[in-house]
Amino acid sequence: MIVSNSSHKDKDSFTELPADGHQAHPLKVYFVVWGWLFVLSACSYMVDFMSFQGYLRWTLILFFMIVKAGLIIAFFMHIKWERLSLSYAVLLPPIAVLVFVAIMAIEANYTVFTRFNFFGGG
Amino acid sequence: MTDTSQVQVTASVDRTTGLSGLVEDWSSDQRAFKNVSWRKAMMWIFLLSDTFIFGIFLLSYMTSRMSTKVGWPNASEVFSLHIGHTNFPLLLIAIMTFVLITSSGTMVLAVNYGYRKDRKLTAIMLLVTALLGATFVGMQVFEWSKLISEGVRPWSNPMGAPQFGGIFFMITGFHGTHVSIGVIFLLVMAQKVWRGDYDTQRPGFFTSRKGDYECVEIMGLYWHFVDLVWVFIFAFFYLW
Repeated sequence: MIVSNSSHKDKDSFTELPADGHQAHPLKVYFVVWGWLFVLSACSYMVDFMSFQGYLRWTLILFFMIVKAGLIIAFFMHIKWERLSLSYAVLLPPIAVLVFVAIMAIEANYTVFTRFNFFGGG
Repeated sequence: MTDTSQVQVTASVDRTTGLSGLVEDWSSDQRAFKNVSWRKAMMWIFLLSDTFIFGIFLLSYMTSRMSTKVGWPNASEVFSLHIGHTNFPLLLIAIMTFVLITSSGTMVLAVNYGYRKDRKLTAIMLLVTALLGATFVGMQVFEWSKLISEGVRPWSNPMGAPQFGGIFFMITGFHGTHVSIGVIFLLVMAQKVWRGDYDTQRPGFFTSRKGDYECVEIMGLYWHFVDLVWVFIFAFFYLW
């Protein structure tokens, strides 16, 4: 299949994947991501240090976690520069775990309900 | 003997990118991962299976924490450190997090210097990564012995819900095992790079296959995954 569609090509020079599939990119992008990971880790530690509670705490924890995970996967693990066939193959299946989480959250609520109501209060 | 399982991928063809490229790859003949060597694809598939393992661990943690009648111990207090007269919540865990992130950065440098064929810098960066990984495991040993001395057991603990100990030892233990295995692989990789195995095409001692600097990148995938898992453990187990 030899289809050249220049409109689909990435514009930035460092997003261009070398022809042999090797992930060699300028160091600058790694240092920027590295710096952000430190900042975000400090932020998530501050969530505990400042003793935020409730929904604010959970939202911040999840936000910093997702951004950190995203940076690691996208840049350090080079998913940003891989073809979509690989990215989707590794990124989509974990959605099944999220479905399982939803199922088990319902189940756990039911378990604690039965424990409180039929197994001697708390 | 001809090497039938070629690792080199030559991609001189100009391939479609984006979603139509995805459809093209997956509906094409023989292989779906066009410019990815089989060993990198296999590492990714292994990491995906590992994602499920840790995902299910965290899932079982959520289930036990949500369904217990006894209050869950406050991780902020359990893992706090007293220095002088001040009490720092989660201090050791925070340091461990920074150590692991630093090691991720040195790993990425190793991959980069590898592709630049800078043999010595690659080996040094791999060794620094291994050292930081070993530091992490050492701090985990300290953390485990501190908790064990405080009476935390897999079946009970003085701070609250008895499931806390079991979940803690299982999740951090499994993660620590991953880090330890990673350190061993990093040391092996550092030796291979230092000796110039990837320049001289020396066959591997176990697989007898010739490697190249892509092996460093694949090692990096594993190491970043270990860091990634820690991001989730840090958020859900220590901070939540």
